Amino acid sequence: MVTAVTSFGRSGLYDWLIQRVSAVVMAAYTFFIVGFIFTTPEMTFDIWQGLFNQLWVRIFTLATLLSIAAHAWIGLWAVLTDYLTTRLMGAKATALRLFAQVVLGVVTLTYLVWGFEILWGA
Amino acid sequence: MNKNRPVNLDISTIQLPITAYVSILHRVSGVALFAGVAVLLWMLEASLSSEASFEELKELTASPLCKLILWATLAGLAYHMIAGIRHLIMDMGIGESLEGGQTGAKIALALAVITITALGVWIW
Ligand code: HEM
Repeated sequence: MVTAVTSFGRSGLYDWLIQRVSAVVMAAYTFFIVGFIFTTPEMTFDIWQGLFNQLWVRIFTLATLLSIAAHAWIGLWAVLTDYLTTRLMGAKATALRLFAQVVLGVVTLTYLVWGFEILWGA
Repeated sequence: MNKNRPVNLDISTIQLPITAYVSILHRVSGVALFAGVAVLLWMLEASLSSEASFEELKELTASPLCKLILWATLAGLAYHMIAGIRHLIMDMGIGESLEGGQTGAKIALALAVITITALGVWIW
């Protein structure tokens, strides 16, 4: 058994739902960007920057970043709780997994702040 | 839960069905994508910070190594997304039987191969 304290929504049902909602947001964003790139004959800096100068595109991008953060947390939690277990790793498993989760949390937070800076900085 | 219940998860003794391959690849691609996000964010930053860095990025992505990294990242995204959409379709109750699962796995794999090949052609 693994405790629920390190899961994202504190319950499997919430995690399951957030995983789906975030997947739909990311997929929609991917289609949007790919569609834009393929319908633009010659991509220039002005066209590209113009896209991201629109508020709704920035918000869509931010929503995607937040989705990545939640989705990756839940997804990687599932992976870690499958492999960093006492059966596979022995007594240190919980400490090991918590450490891994802290590292992943730091990386995720870095992604968020970085993305925010790209969109609204400079 | 009985802690001493027998477990047989020695993968090497189990014949994996196609659905298992689709599933484990989804997991592997998901983990890889977490690193891929750094690549994509870095490209977003370079493409937006100035016209000079936009052009620099264009030049950089002409090098074989950068093309390879970009392709690997996009391939991971393509695979994960296709297998993920298959997940969502199955969540809606479509293709949940053994046969349906196998058909879905084959469709997902075929679509992934086509998409990843197309991405390779587009990048090179
Ligand atoms: C770029 C960001 C993404 C990252 C880092 C990521 C990562 C992950 C990881 C690590 C898992 C757990 C895999 C497992 O437990 O075996 C997962 C699951 C999942 N991913 Fe993603 N993913 C991303 C984007 C997407 C997209 C665009 C979709 C679109 C359909 C998607 C759909 C799913 C679904 C449906 C699951 C749940 C699978 C399950 O419940 O077993 N993901 N993701």
